[in-house]
Formats: sequence, C-alpha cells, structure tokens
Amino acid sequence: MSIVTVQLGQCGNQIGFEVFDALFSDSHCPQKFCSKRENEAYQASCKERFFSEEEDGVPVARAVLVDMEPKVINQTLSKAAHSGRWKYGQHSHLCQKQGSGNNWAYGYSVHGPRHEESIMNLIQKEVEKCDSLSGFFIVMSMAGGTGSGLGAFLTQNLQDQYSNSLKMNQIIWPYGTGEVIVQNYNSILTLSHLYRSSDALLVHENDAVHKICAKLMNIKQISFRDINQVLAHQLGSVFQPTYSGEGSFHYRRNPLGDLMEDLVPHPEFKMLGVRNIPQMSENSLAYSTFTWAGLLKHLRQMLISNAKMEEGIDWQVRPPLSGLPTLGKMPLSKELHFNTSIANLVILRGKDVHSADLGAFKDPALYTSWLEPVTAFNVWKTQRAFSKYEKSAALVSNSQSLVKPLDMIVGKAWNMFASKAYLHQYTKFGIEEEDFLDGFALLEQVIASYSNL
Amino acid sequence: MTQSVVVQVGQCGNQIGCCFWDLALREHAAVNQKGIYDEAISSFFRNVDTRAVGHKVFGSLYQEQILEKLRKSAEHCDCLQCFFIIHSMGGGTGSGLGTFLLKVLEDEFPEVYRFVTSIYPSGEDDVITSPYNSILAMKELNEHADCVLPIDNQSLFDIISKIELMMNSGKLGTVIKPKSLVTSSAGTSKKRQEKPFDKMNNTVANLLLNLTSSARFEGSLNMDLNEISMNLVPFPQLHYLVSSLTPLYTLADVNIPPRRLDQMFSDAFSKDHQLIRADPKHSLYLACALMVRGNVQISDLRRNIERLKPSLQFVSWNQEGWKTSLCSVPPVGHTHSLLALANNTCVKPTFIELRERFMRLYKKKAHLHHYLQIEGMEEGCFTEAVSSLSALIQEYNQLDATKSLPVEDIPRLSVAV
Repeated sequence: MSIVTVQLGQCGNQIGFEVFDALFSDSHCPQKFCSKRENEAYQASCKERFFSEEEDGVPVARAVLVDMEPKVINQTLSKAAHSGRWKYGQHSHLCQKQGSGNNWAYGYSVHGPRHEESIMNLIQKEVEKCDSLSGFFIVMSMAGGTGSGLGAFLTQNLQDQYSNSLKMNQIIWPYGTGEVIVQNYNSILTLSHLYRSSDALLVHENDAVHKICAKLMNIKQISFRDINQVLAHQLGSVFQPTYSGEGSFHYRRNPLGDLMEDLVPHPEFKMLGVRNIPQMSENSLAYSTFTWAGLLKHLRQMLISNAKMEEGIDWQVRPPLSGLPTLGKMPLSKELHFNTSIANLVILRGKDVHSADLGAFKDPALYTSWLEPVTAFNVWKTQRAFSKYEKSAALVSNSQSLVKPLDMIVGKAWNMFASKAYLHQYTKFGIEEEDFLDGFALLEQVIASYSNL
Repeated sequence: MTQSVVVQVGQCGNQIGCCFWDLALREHAAVNQKGIYDEAISSFFRNVDTRAVGHKVFGSLYQEQILEKLRKSAEHCDCLQCFFIIHSMGGGTGSGLGTFLLKVLEDEFPEVYRFVTSIYPSGEDDVITSPYNSILAMKELNEHADCVLPIDNQSLFDIISKIELMMNSGKLGTVIKPKSLVTSSAGTSKKRQEKPFDKMNNTVANLLLNLTSSARFEGSLNMDLNEISMNLVPFPQLHYLVSSLTPLYTLADVNIPPRRLDQMFSDAFSKDHQLIRADPKHSLYLACALMVRGNVQISDLRRNIERLKPSLQFVSWNQEGWKTSLCSVPPVGHTHSLLALANNTCVKPTFIELRERFMRLYKKKAHLHHYLQIEGMEEGCFTEAVSSLSALIQEYNQLDATKSLPVEDIPRLSVAV
C-alpha cells in the first residue's frame, strides 16, 4: 500500500526532500548482511510505498508540494531533479506568490479556502496513481503561517474527503527561543485543530534534533540542512519496510494502519515521539560495533527517563514498583520523574535481529494501567539493515514525554494572550479570541490527560 | 514573487531613493552574472527605464495625478506586496506630501503594506518649522503606516565618521575594500558628483536592501515583508522599529572565524550602530528581528541569541520575542551581514524631544500663520496631532513601567480532569 506525502510550507518542503532522499538512499545502499532476494523485496516494498514510476525509469516521489511563495518549492524541485536518482512529479506542486506572513489565520482562513480545490485536485491525482492507499503523511511546522494554518485546514479537508484513509501529521516544533515571535499562538491553533482532525501527530522538536547534531553528530556549524537530515534519518528508520509479523518474511503492507493500531489505542492520546539509536557521524560509525542488548538497554532508559538521545541519559530514573498505586498528578517540575507510556513500538533493523531480547520493554511498570503490555508493546523487525548502520533500533512511543514541551508552549502562549498582544493580526482574518480559548481548553485537557497516566 | 513599489518624496526622499536604485541594481547584477531580468530583480523593477519608477511628486493639489502614477506602477505588478515610502519629517514636501500619500495608499490599496522610512530632524535643523512638520506627520504615521523605520541624520553622520576613522587610522587587519557598497559610489551606474549626503544616504539604501533580501533571495529560513509586520507589531499603534546594520565595513580577511561573526551580533545591539539616536539595550524590547545574510547557520544565530539575551530586557509577555531569518546571499562586498529591527521603548526620547521642540514654537505661535492660511488647516490639526503623539508616548511609558516589576505567572485555564 502506498503513502501520499503532502509537504507544506518552507519547513515541510525542506524536510520532505530530505525524507525522500533518505528513503531512496537507504533503499539503494549496498547490503552485506542480507540476501539479494531479501534486499530486492525490501526495495520493492519501499518503492510501492513512496515512489511511482514514469517512462524514463526515474522514480517519482508520491508527494504533493504546497507553499504560498515560490522560492523553496523551486529549490526543492531542482535539487531532486539534479540528483538524477529520483524526482518529484512535474505537476505535483502548487505555489503562490505571497506567503502567509507567519499568520496562522491567514493560512487557515485565506489561503486554505482559496486554494482548496487546486490542492485537493493535486492530491487526488497522486492518490489515483496508487494501487492501494494506506494514507497521508503531512509534513509541516507549527510555528509559521503556511504549514501551520494551511496544514490545519487541509487536514480537516482530508478528513472530510478521504474519511477511510489515515492521516499522520509530522509536526515540527520550533526552537524554544524563538524563530518566530508568534510561534506559540500558531502552535496552539495548529495543535488544537489537528487534534480533532488528524489520526496521529508525530512530533519532532528542533531543540532535540539540534542537540543530536551537536553532541552525537559532532557538527560544528549546524545548519537547517543538518537538522533536517537527522530528522529524515529518524523517519526513514520508522517508515522503511519491516516484516509483517513474528516469523514472517514478507514485508508488511499497511505501515500507517499498523502504526495507528499499535500506538493510538484511544483518540484522546495521539501525540507520538521518535527516538533512534545509534546516531552518529559516518566517521565514527566505521569504528563502532553494537550489540542488540546494549542498544535496547539505552533505548529503554531513554524512554523512561525522557532522554531524546543516547548521550546524557539519566540512569537514576527507574519505573515505579509494580503493585503500588499510581502516583497522582505528574509534577511537571520534578527532577526524577518517570515517563509513563501508553504504547510503544520498537523497530529493529539489521544483523541477527531475531536474537534481540525485548523482555525489558514488556515490563508492565512502563505502562499505564489500563493497557496490558501485550497490547501496549509491539515490535517490528527486518534483517535488512538501515542505511550504513549494521544494527539500528527506533522507538516510536505514545508517552508523557511531550507533556513538558507542550505545557511550556501553552504557558507562553497563555501569557501573551493575557496581554492581548498580536491578537489584532489574527482577528483581521477571522480568528477571534474565542477560537484561541477553544484551543487553550483542548490542549489543557490533553496535558491533564497525559499527566494523569 | 511579490513586488514592492518605492515612493520617493521630497528632496531627501529622492536623494536616498537614487542611491537605493544604484545599490539594488548592483546587488542583483552581482548575483546574476548573466544580467537576465530574473525573478528576484523583478521585485523592484519593470522592464523599462528604472529611473522612471521612482517619481518626484509635486504638491498635494495633484492627488489624481499622483494616484494615476501609483496605479500604473501597481498595475505592472502581478502581486504587489508593499509600498516603501522614503521621506523626511522636517521638510515640507517629504513630510506633508509623504504622509498624505499614506492615507491615499491605504484607501486605494488597503491590502498592500505601507513601510515608511522617515528621516527625523536632528538637533541643528536648517528648517525652522521642522517641529510643526514633524508633529503633523507623526499623526499620519501613527494612523496610516504599517511600519515606520525612524532614522536621524546625526546617527548616520556619526556612523559614517566612525567608518572614516577606521579607514584613516589604518588599524591592523582593517582594510576597507575601496569598493565597499557602504562608503562609496564606485561602480554605480552613473557618475554622480559625490554630494554631501551621499554616504549617509547609502546607509539608508542599504537598510532597504537588507530588509527585502530574504524576500528576494533564497535561504534556509525565509522572511517575507508581511512577516515583519506580523511579528514586530504587537499592537497597531506601536509600529516604530529601530534599525541597526552591521558590519558597516568590510575587513580584509575573507575567512572570518566565528569570533568575528559573533562581533557582528554584538555590534547590532550597541547604540553606536543604531540608525537613530537610541539605546535599545537599556530600554525595553517588545520584539526583535534579526535578518542575517551570508554564510551563517542556525547554530550561529542561536548561539548569539543565547549569549546576548541576558543583557537585554524583554517585555514580560514576550520574553522570547525573537524573529529570525537566514538568507544565503550576502550583500556585495561582504561575506555576511545583519540587520536588526527592534520594537523598543528607546524611541520614546525621540518622540518626547519632538514634542518639546514643537511646544517651544507653538507656545509662541511662531510661524503658525504660514500653515493656517492653507485651506483645510486649522489649529485643531495641531492640537490633535500633539494629542496623538502624547498618547503614543504614554503607551511607551506604561510599558516602561513594567520593566522593574517581577514577572507574574498568570493562572492557567483549569480543566475538569
């Protein structure tokens, strides 16, 4: 089954390019540890999901590119075309002349309705190219105006027009110390709208990815390109093919469907985060070896101590003893707090993958009480290694780890809202104080629900 | 690709405007060797004699004619985003007509942003009635401009003097490239006689170039003109932005190590680099934009924000009030540059001084008859204008009062669990 990607705004398009590039590169990476037949099956599966084909044989990304100003899309299209390895469809993009001005209201109320028909047509054309549609993957930021506002509008539209297909929104959370001054307002409006219309929100925080670049990849002058490539690597390790089940050697058909089933058991809880191990510069990789035991031990501790990377993990954090009543409301400021999960999905790729022992992830203490670990925890595997990593593990989790960042965003937005600063910019385009209040209410509810796990 | 129309008004406005066109052409020629009329350049020009685009406008009696010219310019744009008005506050044409045009533009093109670069009168002004002109103009700026970039001649003069000092002192490692865009008109299209204000006007022209660079050229974090208004104007009245440009001179070394890059950021906040006499560092920030050009990455930007933040005071509801942009193309002759736009209470003294100079004249009714004899002008216009300015000053006062108060946490919405 295929996934149609929609890239929105500068962020969405810059990242989208890196994602397709990472998927393609991995797919064509020479493999030492699996058979030729295995590799071919993997490549075929990846292709079905993400690329279609044209007469000249160059794979075409199953993507629709949307932006309200032309510079980024032009760059993205030409970068892909120049690589000679894959490209975007000639007529798969829509761009306008004037951006959304970082204004969610403008993206949502003006650009959205204005370009609804054209965008939905582009999406429809892409959907028709698929034999079978798994769903949509929408890449956007929530700080700006197009990705955030137009993204929210579009997701609602997709929910109406493709009610049987799944939608996963890949949302980029901006740096805490601003990129955009009104980013917190835009974030509130985006998240609250998406919570109602999307099936899952896969979150990446710029701050976290930046640290990975600095500490793990040892990049000195970190650019957005570096950040986007790390992000793309993480997404690739989640979305590339894996076997459909224990003991099977066929690749699973419906990755989005399976992800939702495994990770989003309840519509109140749909915020997902990704962790990936190991992540390092190519130079270091050549000199490193890993064991599954080591990788999984780190990954588990990253989960429970809420670390976003394998350096600086707090090993003091332990799960609460089983059998004891769950502690009341999670104190957000507590140092050693333990990160409770609703559901976890571990994805293992590489050599001897079947020998990996995942017992520690099945510990009921990791999970909230209303789900059994057998439901809450899932594993996907493939012997086929990812990129140049002989062994790699990804963890997609639905847990409390996004509560603190979300709480901070809501806090800052609320503070600004109380002073009424910038509101005139939104009311100008039909987003009133009430709409903000609705957004705040919904997100406070989400924070409370997650905190009380 | 959006277009902007530049409206140059009065002697001051037109002199600056001319510098601007020279620099803009040079910048685009440098970027596009083939000299093809590319997309970026079309943001400012149509494919006709470019000098025709900047108009000299005469007299408010010619409203229809002016409108005609503006409409024609607008028609040539398929997506007009912004009007840049360049004028002085002190003179008659620039101040009066310039601000009159604001209302005209607002009525005729309500969706198009109006950015105004206003030259405020300095201490020694050659126009006696400049305080009257300025006060009357301020009212219009308050009501009809989206963003105002106040500039004063004294600051420009000080900046130019500083550059010349550096050039003449022959400081080790400091070699000003002779073709530096900032200081000379070498390489411009026509051989103009260097006029006394040329260097200062060049600086203002650079300001406009840098303001629009992220809209014209590509980069990893673009910033369009509409984003400036969105992020830097928290309340409609408070739309005065103090600007600073660094570096003002190129240095001999090509490979500038990070220490020098960081110096660029520090300089942007020093009071010597502001284009108006103001000290933002010791006043209250409502918002701040950093527009970087050249080989600067997000990590450099963040490092400097972290470094400078502790020494700056931001209003309680906008503690992280930073808007940033990264444009890959540096200005001609530099490897990188930074334009900082600050919405900061440090503009208050300028306005207070303006009001004081006005009151000194007005109390004696000096020269008032020149104004009152013009149809449509009455004393009420003056009193209204002063009220408007006082109200603005009061808003800044209220914000300043919050400076020393502790930041209170506002109780959040509580939800049923």
